[in-house]
Amino acid sequence: MEKVIHRSNKSDLFKNHDYFGIDDLLTEEHKMIRDSVRTWVSKEVLPIIESCAEQNECPLHLYKQMGELGALGPSISAEYGGGGMDEITYGIIMQELERGDSGIRSMASVQGSLVMFPISKYGTEKQKSDYLPKLASGEIIGCFGLTEPDHGSNPGEMVTNIKDDGDAYILNGAKMWITNSPIADIAVVWAKDETNRIRGMVIEKGMKGFSAPKIEGKWSLRASITGELVFEDVRVPKENVFPDISGLKGPLSCLSKARYGISWGAIGAAMDCYDAALRYSQERIQFGRPIGQFQLTQKKLAEMITEITKAQLLVWRLGTLANQGKATPAQISMAKRNNVWIALQIAREARQIHGGMGITSEYPMMRHMMNLETVLTYEGTHDVHLLITGHDVTGLNAFS
Amino acid sequence: MNLLVCISKTPETTAKIAFKDENSSFDTDGVQFIMNPYDEWYALVRALELKEQHGGKVIAINVGDSSNDPVIRKALAIGADEAVRVDIEATSSFFVAKQVAEYAKSNDIDIVFTGKETIDYNGAEVGGMIAEMLEQPYFSFASHMDHDGSTATVTRDIEGGVEVAEINGKFVISAAKGLAEQRIPNMRGIMMAKRKPLNVIPAVEAEGNVKVLSYELPPVKGGITMVDADDMDKLVKLLHEEAKVL
Repeated sequence: MEKVIHRSNKSDLFKNHDYFGIDDLLTEEHKMIRDSVRTWVSKEVLPIIESCAEQNECPLHLYKQMGELGALGPSISAEYGGGGMDEITYGIIMQELERGDSGIRSMASVQGSLVMFPISKYGTEKQKSDYLPKLASGEIIGCFGLTEPDHGSNPGEMVTNIKDDGDAYILNGAKMWITNSPIADIAVVWAKDETNRIRGMVIEKGMKGFSAPKIEGKWSLRASITGELVFEDVRVPKENVFPDISGLKGPLSCLSKARYGISWGAIGAAMDCYDAALRYSQERIQFGRPIGQFQLTQKKLAEMITEITKAQLLVWRLGTLANQGKATPAQISMAKRNNVWIALQIAREARQIHGGMGITSEYPMMRHMMNLETVLTYEGTHDVHLLITGHDVTGLNAFS
Repeated sequence: MNLLVCISKTPETTAKIAFKDENSSFDTDGVQFIMNPYDEWYALVRALELKEQHGGKVIAINVGDSSNDPVIRKALAIGADEAVRVDIEATSSFFVAKQVAEYAKSNDIDIVFTGKETIDYNGAEVGGMIAEMLEQPYFSFASHMDHDGSTATVTRDIEGGVEVAEINGKFVISAAKGLAEQRIPNMRGIMMAKRKPLNVIPAVEAEGNVKVLSYELPPVKGGITMVDADDMDKLVKLLHEEAKVL
């Protein structure tokens, strides 16, 4: 049966939450970009997102709109169609997209951080000029293949491999939990060569032996498509391989970039839930007064805004370090882990404040909450990020 | 075609409004400001569309101090080619109209656009005053305009319907809903806005003969009184004595 996406005419009542005046730390451009993305989310995402999530349908038409807006690869060089903007701008865009939905933010962060970033950093001139402008405009969609069915937190053990065959490599293996894979025109794939070194390459849709089946039955990120990548003797021209990068640092550098964006994005989801709960607490009357007057509701709201404020300060500092090229992967791990966790807690508490109404699609918390269960796990699980911090502070590696 | 668009800074629509100086001025403390939506969504965008169709340039003009610059930059980010800020506090509609008219006169402006009103003081006065000062026709509350490069056909919202008029030559138009569709500034536009000219010019003299004596907030909405459908006497009494509408 064909799915019909309904457009709601509900007003977006969201108000900015900036308890510590962090806006004073942003430039006029940062604020203007935030307003632009916020307005776009309000006009184009929020009216359809509940319907998309309910029907498990990815709003593909948003790609070109995000391209036009400049939300795909904002920190990629303008020479290749990117925005040439700083890392705080990138973070702000992710925050605003995820205020709409983590799935929409995932569409943009995969395209920007996991596809455009490696091509711009490790690709040949031809790869950059062939792919980047089209990815930036949303004309083509990309995906990123690192995780495998049997190798999630431990990508170094991957079994997907390439074998030299003259002017090409023969690629075999499978990747799992790949955002966008069934709709992607290209995939940045990581595989081991015959000397066991991890290499990156661009695989194009239509290459013989390459398929990308959809993963069905997700209760999370339902407005975003997830799938597999299956390679059966795919002949990959050598010019499609990134020439000068080998080892795990290639894919991990992409993940650092994406995790950085997630640490901002999660605040968007958290603010949306807090905003809804704060408003509801002032409108909902029980025992003759608004429920916001009760101490237990105030405790929830006060803790939410406290955690949001801490998260905002954390990413602002992280963004400042990233602009200086000084943000470490361990710092990014801490920010991703903390901010996704607080967002998930806030979604749950905000749902509670809404009582029974909170479980319906009339309010955004359940959708954010289910999305955030994925965000907690992808791009490095909650526990793995903890152990990265543990390793960083003790100097002792829990994985070996 | 030289197109001049009046850009006003107004409080954000959910701002809490308060007054100071014995209720004679607006207390801007803690208020977020935006570009007046009628200027941004309709006037500016229709001007940009005309430029895209017939060539020329779009100039955004604002009267105020440098705290208005972010709003002016937004107009540049949406697509205006250049901007002018008349560096003085905007004290009255007449004063603002005088500044805009003087600029339009000395810069060979073909069409002056304003929003149909600002969403703060809702005066809807500036456009008409500019037209009078320029001795040009004025089309208020325009919800549609076609322009073939020499002749414009304007549809105006009037009470209960519309009026369609035609004009050759220069004119002033105030934009209502429908004249254009909002454009969201994209990253490229925002970055380009930094490099576009924002010229700050001195004000011309104008009589400041209007003085605001006081502002007052609307009365706080009262609760609802339910009256039994059979008790018409009580309803009439309440309407007469409390609501004072009978």
